[in-house]
Amino acid sequence: MSDATLHEERAAASLRLERALVALAIVALIAAPFVVYPIFIMKMLCFALFACAFNLLLGYTGLLSFGHAAFFGGAAYFCAYAVKAWGWPPEAGILLGTVGAAGLGLVMGFLAIRRQGIYFSMITLALAQMFYFFCVQAPFTEGEDGIQGVPRGYLFGVIDLNVTMNMYFFVLAVFLIGVFAIWRIVNSPFGMILRSISENENRAISLGYSVGRYKLAAFVMSAALAGLAGATKAIVFQFATLTDVTWQMSGEVILMTLLGGIGTMAGPVVGAGLVVGLENTLATSGFPVTIATGLIFMVCVLIFRRGIVGEVYARWLGRARGGGTS
Amino acid sequence: MTMIFGIPVQALLGQLLVGLINGSFYAMLSLGLAVIFGLLRIINFAHGALYMLGAFIGYLLLVHLGIGYWPALIIVPLAVGLFGVAVERVALSRLYRLDPLYGLLFTFGLALVIEGVFRYFFGVSGNPYAVPAQLAGGTNLGFMFLPNYRGWVVVASLIVCIGTWLLIEKTRLGSYLRAATENPELVQAFGVNVPLLLTLTYGLGAALAGLAGILAAPVYQVSPLMGSDLIIVVFAVVVVGGMGSILGAIVTGYMLGLAEGLTKVFYPEASNLVVFVIMAIVLLLRPAGLFGRDG
Amino acid sequence: MKGPDMSEPLLAVRDLNAWYGEGHALHGVNLDVMRGETVTLLGRNGVGKTTTLRAIMGLIRKRTGGVTFNGKDLMRLPLHRVAHQGIGFVPEERGIFATLTVDENLILPPVVAKGGMSVDEIFELFPNLKERRNSQGTKLSGGEQQMLAIARILRTGVEMLLLDEPTEGLAPVIVQRIGELLATLKKRGMTILLVEQNFRFAARIADRFYLMDHGKVVEGFPVGQLSAHTDKLHEVLGV
Repeated sequence: MSDATLHEERAAASLRLERALVALAIVALIAAPFVVYPIFIMKMLCFALFACAFNLLLGYTGLLSFGHAAFFGGAAYFCAYAVKAWGWPPEAGILLGTVGAAGLGLVMGFLAIRRQGIYFSMITLALAQMFYFFCVQAPFTEGEDGIQGVPRGYLFGVIDLNVTMNMYFFVLAVFLIGVFAIWRIVNSPFGMILRSISENENRAISLGYSVGRYKLAAFVMSAALAGLAGATKAIVFQFATLTDVTWQMSGEVILMTLLGGIGTMAGPVVGAGLVVGLENTLATSGFPVTIATGLIFMVCVLIFRRGIVGEVYARWLGRARGGGTS
Repeated sequence: MTMIFGIPVQALLGQLLVGLINGSFYAMLSLGLAVIFGLLRIINFAHGALYMLGAFIGYLLLVHLGIGYWPALIIVPLAVGLFGVAVERVALSRLYRLDPLYGLLFTFGLALVIEGVFRYFFGVSGNPYAVPAQLAGGTNLGFMFLPNYRGWVVVASLIVCIGTWLLIEKTRLGSYLRAATENPELVQAFGVNVPLLLTLTYGLGAALAGLAGILAAPVYQVSPLMGSDLIIVVFAVVVVGGMGSILGAIVTGYMLGLAEGLTKVFYPEASNLVVFVIMAIVLLLRPAGLFGRDG
Repeated sequence: MKGPDMSEPLLAVRDLNAWYGEGHALHGVNLDVMRGETVTLLGRNGVGKTTTLRAIMGLIRKRTGGVTFNGKDLMRLPLHRVAHQGIGFVPEERGIFATLTVDENLILPPVVAKGGMSVDEIFELFPNLKERRNSQGTKLSGGEQQMLAIARILRTGVEMLLLDEPTEGLAPVIVQRIGELLATLKKRGMTILLVEQNFRFAARIADRFYLMDHGKVVEGFPVGQLSAHTDKLHEVLGV
């Protein structure tokens, strides 16, 4: 058997394994609320979607946004306000949040893309901070208290979301749809172009692509999906607060993606699960969360840049190739 | 009482002074960021935390060791500078060959840890630091009353900024730094210990941040949060000014501080937004920044 | 301490291999340069002449083999210690710094040994540099920049120069001046390892030639045998 066929066989095997793992994960998520506290998993799923949306921009387009909390928290505010003050049904509120985040993403992205690299990141940070100050002062956000007591309502007018299991499966559905959308985007021709921009922007320009437009499109998609996550979370927890629009929150989603594995589909999900779990554990122990977060950041950047899933893939692929004579 | 645009002169000048003070800190901090970025190509997110560290060391020196302001002006920058040297040696030096994003992320983590430690021990409230006796009180300038310490802050920051500029543009050591920014390999091939230069540069940047911190202590309250909100504004300052030039960073810092002060007079609610708004406008009209040389 | 051993080469390179990333650029270069000699590396573009100089200096870190200078092993030294052994490097791009004045460019390389020229002596040798001393370094013409690149090394007191294509892109008048300059340096005892495409220029000052092809030295001969080797040269250089 030649090396090429051996490699092909292993590639096909790993694809089958991936599919099996995804199916297993979905089954586990369906069974989970019967075993683990559902609110906890819902929190994880919302943050996982947030992280996946962020990873679309960082891992696949190569743009580090330091202001994604604006979309996550902003959508939460839009949704919470619509549902509480205007009496909208939850799905409409979530839609509004998503669209609002997309619009915010369009404005922020347009400005940020005028610079490259590290300047881009600093601009997103500054613009998000501007949005934060706006949220502090705007009347509709109710400032320090945030919007409390957001009713869960009836999904499509019929499903009572106050029933935990209904809420859970709705969140799971949103999560799966969101991740599926990202997966489709990443594996489409559009996604390929994004990746080529990420690897070598100049070459993409010389090939004739209007790189700015692609970056902006990716930015808006990422913002919209982050907004979807934030708006859903507002319904689940029934409030929207300033915490979700702070730069610390922007930092958290970066951490989740870095820890889990930048540029992998599963990485942000794993990272989100770990970080949310870690924060839960630390909350009761009294050890300051920011110190733990900061330490993990530093360690990851120094010696663990591929993240958990990234490391797993590297070892797995390493073993797959090592079978032949590479 | 004289009025300008319907605002009493006293109020206008008072706010401009506040703006000038803020601008002094913007200038000192963006100067430090520009120096570090110029040679190390790292955006030091921890700059705000180092500033806070400086203020706290000054506070602790006073409260626990009875060491006052004037000795602290020397001790604090040295201490923070040494801390910076340690950080560079242990960690930052390993990141130079990587994408600059990693430097930003590492220093972000460092900032979280430093701030987290101080929050753990000191909570979030501010601690007062008394104005040193020699600079207490104020001087009547005729058209306005100038608190002496505020005047000192402006003078000191100008000395620090101009001094740093002179160091970099006019000295032998500065020429090593400038050359290493352009072509570090060749400078090393000439026999200059560039790795040491990088370490000292980060140390210098850190020392500048720490010095700004101790200067700030009597003006703002010494609180674990004092650095983090400031650093984001400084980032915006740096985007407006561009990081290619030291002078650009300094001038932009003062200008934006004054702009903030002016806004406070006419439109107070927008005063903490104006720097960001200016950044947005500059991005639309002149993306490279007012003094920008690099992309 | 005994004086330098005149029978041993000042620079000895043995089986030098070097890599640019994954690409294997040098395949075992062997060469010697005796004290006071001027040796020229000839070869087409891309055969590894510049790479050899850079590998000797330590600018390329992925390398194996032996490089000895004055009896000392250069391979183990960090890059910033190599110049202090007494070797000066003038890169192909000349490396004049734009953010420095001519004066600052001139005094940038630190003095590593006694015996270097003083700034005044250098300005006597290069009066046109003296005129422009406060100009920005890159405002000089190509020829002046080349002069500056060589001049600044002269201040440092090194005993050996690694020169990469000093005449590239320069007008014949300037090339002549550089040839005179190198001849003067040679008279003062400077050892020179020169990379040149223009072998007629090199022939005026070189004592020996090495011919490189595909990352190794394929031929070595003294200047006296240059005409005997013109056929081989034409073949390898494609001139």
